[in-house]
Amino acid sequence: MADTGPQVPRLFGGPSGWISVAVPLVLFIWFLQFIPAIAAGETLRWSIEWVPSLDVAISFWLDGLSLTFALLITGIGALVTLYSAQYLGTQPQYPRFILFLMAFMIGMLGLVLADNLLALFVFWEVTTISSYLLIGYLADEAKSRRSALQALLVTGTGGLAFLAGIVLIGFAAGSFELSEIRDVELRDHPWIVAISILFLAGAFTKSAQFPFHFWLPNAMAAPTPVSAYLHSATMVKAGIYLMARMNPTLGGTDLWFWSLTIAGGFTAVFASILAMRQSDIKQVLAYTTLMALGTLTLFIGAGTSAAIKGAMLFLIVHSLYKAALFLMIGIVDHRTGSREAEVLSGLSRKMPLTALAAVLAALSMAGIPPLIGFIGKEFLYKAALSMPTAQLWITGTAFAASALMFAVGGIVALRPFFGKLGDTPKAPREGPIAMLVGPLILAGLGLALGVNSDWAETLVRPATAAVYGSPVAVDLYLYKEVNAALILSLVTFATGIVLYLGHRRLRARLASIESWNPIHFDRGWDRFLDGFAAFAKWQAQKLQHGVLRRYIFVIFAFLGVTAAYAMWLRDAWQVQFDFTGVAFRDWAVLIFITAGAFVTATANSRMTAVAALGVVGIGVALIFIMFGAPDVAITQLLVETLVVVLVALAMLKLPYLNPKKIAEIRGWDALVAILVGTTSAIVLLASMAEPLDRRLTDYFELTSWPEAYGRNVVNVILVDFRALDTFGEIAVVMIAALGAFVLLRGTPKGEEK
Amino acid sequence: MESLIAIMVGVLVATSVYLMMARNVLRFIFGLVLLSNAANLTIFAAGGLTPETPPLIAEGADTVVGAANALPQALVLTAIVIGFGLFAFALALVYRTYQNLGTLNADEMRIAEPRFESETKAEETSK
Repeated sequence: MADTGPQVPRLFGGPSGWISVAVPLVLFIWFLQFIPAIAAGETLRWSIEWVPSLDVAISFWLDGLSLTFALLITGIGALVTLYSAQYLGTQPQYPRFILFLMAFMIGMLGLVLADNLLALFVFWEVTTISSYLLIGYLADEAKSRRSALQALLVTGTGGLAFLAGIVLIGFAAGSFELSEIRDVELRDHPWIVAISILFLAGAFTKSAQFPFHFWLPNAMAAPTPVSAYLHSATMVKAGIYLMARMNPTLGGTDLWFWSLTIAGGFTAVFASILAMRQSDIKQVLAYTTLMALGTLTLFIGAGTSAAIKGAMLFLIVHSLYKAALFLMIGIVDHRTGSREAEVLSGLSRKMPLTALAAVLAALSMAGIPPLIGFIGKEFLYKAALSMPTAQLWITGTAFAASALMFAVGGIVALRPFFGKLGDTPKAPREGPIAMLVGPLILAGLGLALGVNSDWAETLVRPATAAVYGSPVAVDLYLYKEVNAALILSLVTFATGIVLYLGHRRLRARLASIESWNPIHFDRGWDRFLDGFAAFAKWQAQKLQHGVLRRYIFVIFAFLGVTAAYAMWLRDAWQVQFDFTGVAFRDWAVLIFITAGAFVTATANSRMTAVAALGVVGIGVALIFIMFGAPDVAITQLLVETLVVVLVALAMLKLPYLNPKKIAEIRGWDALVAILVGTTSAIVLLASMAEPLDRRLTDYFELTSWPEAYGRNVVNVILVDFRALDTFGEIAVVMIAALGAFVLLRGTPKGEEK
Repeated sequence: MESLIAIMVGVLVATSVYLMMARNVLRFIFGLVLLSNAANLTIFAAGGLTPETPPLIAEGADTVVGAANALPQALVLTAIVIGFGLFAFALALVYRTYQNLGTLNADEMRIAEPRFESETKAEETSK
């Protein structure tokens, strides 16, 4: 390890490096043991209680689909972490990076193994958040932060839609367990459209289907191992996993068929064309990933057994070659300081092993025999040609994307490595062995599986059965006979060669089209965010305006309107005003109180207002006296006196009222005041019309003397029966007094700002 | 008589709500006092309006018959005192606010939620 730079080389990045390689490797080997059982058609289930009160369990389920994903995640994971130990191992942030990467790996594994949809969602969000942290790994670069946030917001929003879909399907099917939902027929359920749309919103954002594709190329701001792992082989395939997983339940409807085939086909072709446009090879690969995701979506949507078979095979094929290519460009970047297709050339002499990996992976991508990529493409073509509906669309988009992939294979593997040696920022050297292991193994697997296609069958067969919903015969082979698919492949090669030869002119042409094109998703995203922030600011200004009076207005208006509405709903407006038996002195009290209240509200002198306030208080005391409550009346009189005295004292230091402001009648305020006043009067009248429940009073009257030895029932209630309330009341008064004391004492000089 | 009390409560609530929405916080306090009066009256009336016999047990008797409902009276007593505590604290707060801010106009008390720039500009141009 002589070439790890000037820093002291830590072998495999120290303990973080060792552990991060060992964990996925052990898991990979552990998962390998399940292959025979799963290939024989078994499924394994394991469950523990999580929130028993809500009937939520953490349950895991291993079938062909989840095993395929688990092997890809752990296998590629082990190679990527080994690569990272070399690539980033000397950096101080490396342990943090490994933490994020491990969190992601656990999330991803949980996602594909979870049987409970709620548990699946939690893992889904773990991948979203860890992906955010990984894309933003170079946190001191604004571009990195923006890309990370964009990915988080796009996939996070989709995730929320997905959660809503989970809740709906949980209620529709009566279970959150995927293994149980599969057995429920939901296609005629009234919610099926909503469920499908919400699930697809989650899947399309996660797997970057058009029109949510723009975040994925930006996510390439992450270090290369992250791009290789998350944004080609695993995370973006979570959406594909979800669609594949739900295919037996949600598939087969027109909505499902057309949204997947149209979005998938369009994304595949659109992304392949954009891949031709790029000159940064990492960006080229990013767009080819979009193409692969589009193709997978297209064929899962197509839904025939042949299409699912093709999709599952292509899933494995793509993960192998794409991870290899990403890791390869990382080595090239590391050793030459450039990723530009125009700069790199003739590197095979200096970097033979890197070139070998690149060529093998690119051959698989281009679909050339005898690599597994060829078989993958053949089976996709066969499936497309045998489609009962939309045959032309599916075949056409698959053909266009494959031809463009052929050309892209040339751009990433031929141009940089063959021809005259280019002038790169750093003198090219072969990469270190720890970084070469990954791409070589992955690219070599592409060849090995192509030659021994039986090996791939053991995974593709159970995976297809899991996605299709019933067992499907899978027989993979390189060549059997000359058929339409093979002829289409030959046409693909011819078209691909033409495209590759003209790719530089094509790129220039695409660039000029791009400059003319008015639609920019990426810039549109910025505008959307700006608009969203402006909207948030606008509504905050409207709602949080900081004007006390308007807050109070809203509270009272809400109270008045809702109370009036509730009364109207129950038809309780029919109250009778009954003035029989009302004596003159009663009317006098009414006038007393009413006049006092109005004067308080309209007086433009403080003294008048305070005096009127006193009048109201005395009026209320009179009512207490009239209805047998002398104790209450005495207290009321004392308190009213105190109120007047205190206000009068305070007024010595307070300014006069502004008569002009009081004369202004605030129309809306008056309206709300009348509404609240009327409603309270009617509510009171309605409640007084109900028969009185005297049980408590009877109890107090009966026990007051025999048990509490008090003849004044009110006092006994206060100091005995409800003594704790009285204690609370005293505490309130104490606290108010302390608060007032602190306020009036003021801030000592010097502390004042 | 119930109708009469209901009207009084309605009037008290309406005037207090109107006062509480005033700019001047001293008038807000007046509204607060009126509102607590209205609340006390409501509790009292909701317990049933009975003739003027107070709930007192005569010497020698074990219980009282036909007296006013004791329960709402006890509740109102508590409410009056708590209402007074609230009033006293609010008044001290108003007093202190005036000392510190030099105004009783609630619209000008904007320390916790300062004005937005656009708002300030609009006000300046309108002046």
